Amino acid sequence: MARRSPRSLRSLRKAVLGVAGLLGFLLTWQLIPTLGIISPEYLPYATETLARLADDLRDLAFWRAVGQTMTSWAIGLTIASVAAIALGTVIGLIPFLRRATHTTVEFLRPIPSVALIPLAVLVYGIQMQAALVIIVFASFWQVFVQVLYGVADVDAVARDTARSFGLSRSSRVVNLVLPTALPYLMTGLRLAAAVALILAITAEMVIGNPGVGRLIALSGSAADWVGLYALVIVTGLLGLTINLLFRVIERRSLAWHQSVRGEEVL
Amino acid sequence: MTLYTGTVVTVRPKSRVWRSIGENALYALGLPFLLLVVWGVWSTISPQKFFPGPIEIIQAFVDTWIGPQFFVDVVPSLARLGLGIVLSIAIGITAGTVIGSIRWLRELLEPTLEFFRAIPPPVLIPVVVLLLGITDATKVIVIVSGAIWPILLNTIEGVRATDAVMTETARSFGITRWQRLRYLVLPAASPQIMAGVRQGLSVALILMVISEMFSSSSGLGYRITYFQRNYLIAEMWSGILLLGLIGVLLATIFGIVERRVLSWYHGIKEVERA
Repeated sequence: MARRSPRSLRSLRKAVLGVAGLLGFLLTWQLIPTLGIISPEYLPYATETLARLADDLRDLAFWRAVGQTMTSWAIGLTIASVAAIALGTVIGLIPFLRRATHTTVEFLRPIPSVALIPLAVLVYGIQMQAALVIIVFASFWQVFVQVLYGVADVDAVARDTARSFGLSRSSRVVNLVLPTALPYLMTGLRLAAAVALILAITAEMVIGNPGVGRLIALSGSAADWVGLYALVIVTGLLGLTINLLFRVIERRSLAWHQSVRGEEVL
Repeated sequence: MTLYTGTVVTVRPKSRVWRSIGENALYALGLPFLLLVVWGVWSTISPQKFFPGPIEIIQAFVDTWIGPQFFVDVVPSLARLGLGIVLSIAIGITAGTVIGSIRWLRELLEPTLEFFRAIPPPVLIPVVVLLLGITDATKVIVIVSGAIWPILLNTIEGVRATDAVMTETARSFGITRWQRLRYLVLPAASPQIMAGVRQGLSVALILMVISEMFSSSSGLGYRITYFQRNYLIAEMWSGILLLGLIGVLLATIFGIVERRVLSWYHGIKEVERA
């Protein structure tokens, strides 16, 4: 009964409504300063902000800042993921290490990474390394914990079967542990990518290493409010792009998995 | 896969129980203890400027935070954090339930809300400060403006995914809208909601610290930056330790609440796994 209309019509309706929602939001934004609810000095017109955004997109300095932010994001995420996958696999596969590290992990994990900003500034000063410390610390736990769960989730029957068929340790890891842990790993990577962007921009705002975050802090202190709003939109677009990218990677690499295939059937 | 059998539990003899408690304690405390000892020994052998030993840090912790400072810097921060979290959860779940149960509204708003979630929350601090000035309320609103999105969007998703057969069954049994919400929709959405709340909590803690680092003359974030700028290294570390303890405390409280709220859900999962 719910699915009488064809699929394409439903997704068309969804797209139209979604675009209407975005336009409605922009219209509301435009109307608030026009009607004088908030002074246009503090909340610039939507049109003005979007015009500034278009200007920014033609500015080389702006793209350099985006490049700097994305560089520290990519380096931080890579270091964190590689370390987390290596450590998570080893610790997850050896029960003794799993038990022995449990309390330490549970204590270190909830520490907010921004608490380390002062320390990173002292040790590295206003450089990219200071930002990297914070990015790596924050995104490491996201991946590590997921890998730990994933490696532990191997089906007992499958494991015993593999063993009695005489699979070597390395081929057990490749053919059994890896496919089991992959969905968990992908979730971890997606979360870590989002967290790494948050921390990359936060670090630039607070520490002052070059990037989009520093541009935001600068336009804030220079009272360039239009520029500030435009940059906030830019960070949102960056976040959205990263989310979409990692969702695509997740779908591609898990195309064989029940959770992805299941959605297609429904 | 779905054989409904539990694992067989056998009662252990008493002496073994004691042994296993001792063993568990050893596993739980062994590595932290070992790490502290290594750190302590290392910092006495080769003193580092920025890495004082654990004893020094604990000394600084007692001197700095236990006493009147606790009420000047820590209590207001925690109060703002608590208020921000409560508001985010209340608004997020209420608005999420409304949006999630009305289809056209959900399809209208979802892309816009996704965009707001994608904005890194600390970026909103200058905007909120610009619109509202620097007051205590601003800091609470900063926390809400970042922590609300995962809760809101997860609630929408959870409410949307309520089992259609169950909804229709409830409807044909003449269960009122309000009761359906209380006994069907919210429980069905609760695993998603709790996952959102978990993300919201860590965002809230980050925003509490950052908003105080930015524009404040009191609070934990301000105090830690103050120590750093004045090269009070051990005091700075004690602040980091305190923030860590707050993080652990939040995670523990959340864990207890989650176990209560989702006990039925974990039960089902366990049965499915066995």
